[in-house]
Amino acid sequence: MAAAAEAVFVARGLTKTYRMGETEIHALRGVDLEVRAGEFIVLLGPSGSGKSTLLNILGGLDTPTAGSIVFKDHSLSRADEATLTRYRREHVGFVFQFYNLIPSLTARENVALVTDIALEPIPPDEALRRVGLGERLDHFPSQLSGGEQQRVAIARAIAKRPDLLLCDEPTGALDYETGKLVLEVIARINAELGTTAMVITHNAAIAAIADRVLRLGDGRIVGEERPARKLTPAEISW
Amino acid sequence: MRSSLSSLNRKLVRDLWSLKTQVVSIALVIACGIGGFIGSFSTYGSLLWSRDNYYDTARFPHVFATAKRAPQSLAGRLRAIEGVAEVETRVVRDAQLSIPGVVPPMIARLIGQDFEHPAGMNRVTLKSGRWPAPGARGEAVVNQRFLAARKLKLGDRMSVLLNGRLERLTLVGTALSPEYIFATRGGGMPDDEWFAVLWTDARTLAAAFNMEGAFNSVLLRLSRDASVSGVIEKLDHILEPYGGFGAVGRDDQVSHKIISQEINQQRIFGTVLPSIFLLVAAFILNVVLHRQVHAQRGEIAALKALGYDDRWIALHYLKFASSIVLLGAVLGVGLGWWLGNAMTGLYTGLFQFPQFHYFMAPWLALAGAAAALAAGFGGALAATRGILRLRAAEALRPPAPAEFRALLLERLGYAHLLTPAQRMIMRNLERRPLRAASTIAGIAGSVAILIAGTFWSDAVEWFIDVQFNQMQRADVNVGFAEPVPRSVQLELARLPGVTQVEVTRAIPVRLRAGHRSYRTGITGIPDDASLQRILDADLREAKPAPGGVLLTARLAERLEVRPGDTLIAELLEGKRVKSAVQVTGTVREMAGMNAWMRLEDLNRLAREGPVVSAAGLSVERAQETALLERLKEMPAAAVVIVNRTLVDTFRETSAKNVLFFTTVLTIFAATIAVGVVYNNARIQLAERAWELASLRVLGFTRREVSVLLLGELAIEIAAAIPLGFLAGFWLAALLIALMSHEVMAFPLVIFPTTYLYSGAVVVAAGVVSALIVRNRIDNLDLVAVLKTRE
Repeated sequence: MAAAAEAVFVARGLTKTYRMGETEIHALRGVDLEVRAGEFIVLLGPSGSGKSTLLNILGGLDTPTAGSIVFKDHSLSRADEATLTRYRREHVGFVFQFYNLIPSLTARENVALVTDIALEPIPPDEALRRVGLGERLDHFPSQLSGGEQQRVAIARAIAKRPDLLLCDEPTGALDYETGKLVLEVIARINAELGTTAMVITHNAAIAAIADRVLRLGDGRIVGEERPARKLTPAEISW
Repeated sequence: MRSSLSSLNRKLVRDLWSLKTQVVSIALVIACGIGGFIGSFSTYGSLLWSRDNYYDTARFPHVFATAKRAPQSLAGRLRAIEGVAEVETRVVRDAQLSIPGVVPPMIARLIGQDFEHPAGMNRVTLKSGRWPAPGARGEAVVNQRFLAARKLKLGDRMSVLLNGRLERLTLVGTALSPEYIFATRGGGMPDDEWFAVLWTDARTLAAAFNMEGAFNSVLLRLSRDASVSGVIEKLDHILEPYGGFGAVGRDDQVSHKIISQEINQQRIFGTVLPSIFLLVAAFILNVVLHRQVHAQRGEIAALKALGYDDRWIALHYLKFASSIVLLGAVLGVGLGWWLGNAMTGLYTGLFQFPQFHYFMAPWLALAGAAAALAAGFGGALAATRGILRLRAAEALRPPAPAEFRALLLERLGYAHLLTPAQRMIMRNLERRPLRAASTIAGIAGSVAILIAGTFWSDAVEWFIDVQFNQMQRADVNVGFAEPVPRSVQLELARLPGVTQVEVTRAIPVRLRAGHRSYRTGITGIPDDASLQRILDADLREAKPAPGGVLLTARLAERLEVRPGDTLIAELLEGKRVKSAVQVTGTVREMAGMNAWMRLEDLNRLAREGPVVSAAGLSVERAQETALLERLKEMPAAAVVIVNRTLVDTFRETSAKNVLFFTTVLTIFAATIAVGVVYNNARIQLAERAWELASLRVLGFTRREVSVLLLGELAIEIAAAIPLGFLAGFWLAALLIALMSHEVMAFPLVIFPTTYLYSGAVVVAAGVVSALIVRNRIDNLDLVAVLKTRE
């Protein structure tokens, strides 16, 4: 299924270097990558492997020092701040490790905040129902558990019908059971809506639910595998 | 503890450095408070010193009296009055003055002076030129202000109408006199272009007015423990047969009265406005410290865990507060010194004290700094108290997540009216009502300061309009040296350009009610008077009722009489009739201590026929010059005043002062507004950086995110402005109540433009603050929020 679809992202020779005080850090050292529509990719790697830098560039939070990255038909390699903001707004849905909900807005309003500025959004109520929170629409973040908050964050991310759902350690702050529940939601969204999803994690067990697993190390892709049988989140454990 | 203390000090320096913009903005607000306080009070002290020092060196008299004509031999009797130390008699006359090229007539006050034997009191200081040669005719020394206002130079000639004869005088010198520090024909307006004081040879002047061997003005210096009122009473008694007009002490001497009022205003300004500045500074300091301490919970917990006791930690934050206060105090003392210097200079110019003298008493700097330190310590202690109560372990845990609830508006069922962004703004406001309220109060304070500081020009403008367009509506006023028959009206009506003539009669009088008395004048006006109207503060017209006297309410209060009561009127002119007269009404006039009667009633009271002493004329502007030329040829017309010129001079003088004060206060108020708004925005930004950065990641533009943060401030400013208008109105009313005095109740008039200006300044200050903060919003670290918890 994934192989037949068109490429959403094409990255060639992505390089990123930072100056940190006196030293120069090579976060990415030439990454080549193609992401196809509807794919579910898990990006694995220890800290310092460059996975966050890659996510930042794919998510339009940063630009590469060298190399090219093309999203559909527009280049993000040298995009300015305004272009990147528009790209994030129209095409990317973010799910953060710490949910990053707005504490002064209810679940429904947190989603509406994004759908208000999106082009063809899913109505907030429907987005929340899809993540199983149809009953908690009017609760404030402080009244929700961690897992519920993360599901609100997922609803917020998918409600704009993004081309790419980027999840950065989505289970990192959650307990085991809740973490699995959140992964189920992400997998279901990927399957039902066909949203391209990319999950960053250092938890190797999660790799089993992906179409494709990329392993990063020292700023390079050091391994790529396609699991013979894609598992559901319910089937995995760690 | 020694080395660890220095580590804490290093932390202090770094904390201050990392908050440098905030530190500076708070210090500036404190500096404004201290600067305003020191500036006003040192000006007050300096002017008081200058005045008293001048009085001492010039030996300013204690009592002033005028009579019609008293023999020189009377001086001995005056010297014998108990409490009188020295007596000085002289001849003083007002006369029409003309100088080439100036059409409107001016008034000269001619003072006879024996230049060979200078007076022992009321010494005139020669500023330039020389004294007239003894016995020389046709030479005079003029008050310096007139020379400057008229741009004359020594050697210039002028002519005065002496007893109907034109006399040429050459200016040979300029002088200052303590009696004419503020020179005016009568009203409280500076009058330098139209009123000259000329000192000329005593014998020549006496001869010109048939006053040889006589005097009409007497000055007294009293011994240290003499009773002023007792001396005045005896003096009046002695002078009465010689046409005494009633003596006055320093308190009622025109120049002294006006400068004392001005000086007193400094003291009021110096207390009211700086208190507000200090209050606002303390409030900002409090909020910033609160936030600072809150943000440093973890550090404080660590310090406690490391074994620092509460005292050290509290001391640390007190040092933080006092560093800001001391910076503000140093700036404030400098600012106060500069301001005091500038204001003293301004007033020295206005009053023309013989020397500029400015000093700043050290206690002022100490008091200002102490008040600011107390305010800062209050803020610091309030902020640290909560943290110190925490146990170390508690402080190490992150604060509980922010809890929000639905808005009142939403609970009432109007949720659909707001977008999520608007809800964020409103809920943040509603969640911290105290903080929002104090921000609003701070901003409203600066609006109020602006209004209270700048409405004076409105009050003055309104006063001028009422005084000259609605009450004294004549274009030209003519005063006669002696009462003239009422038929003068017909004569005046035939002069060029005159469209309307209205005559009045004024008689100097002492009004008595029991043991209380007041010296003023009774003015008689025709029943159909329209050029001279009597209006109360609400512009309602009043008319004297037949057979009685209408009093300014303040005068009635001073005499403790009410309508229906009877007064004794002692007329101080003509037959000097003493007669009972009934008070038939009172009127709340803005200015003056006046008594009004119908013209016929006043003449009947004086037991005189239909005579008048002044006339008001309506004049076609084009014919004004021709009219004034003709009036100069009328010997009876001793005083001619063109009202327009009075107003022009007044506006010119006050414009300079008003501009200075408006500028200073605008800068002060803008500093406060920036201090409040900027610090608030910075604190909000620090608290919500994580949330705002998250939104940026989600695709919100810089602009949209800025709106979320600054929208709250915009709402606070919008709410503060109308409150500030209200507060400004009340503050202005307070200042007016404090500054009003016996002869004048300042009108509480604030034009819409003043509100507009005050609002605009504060909005501009808000925009500037927002732009500074906006720069920080643009540079939020987006990547960090993905990885960190708030």
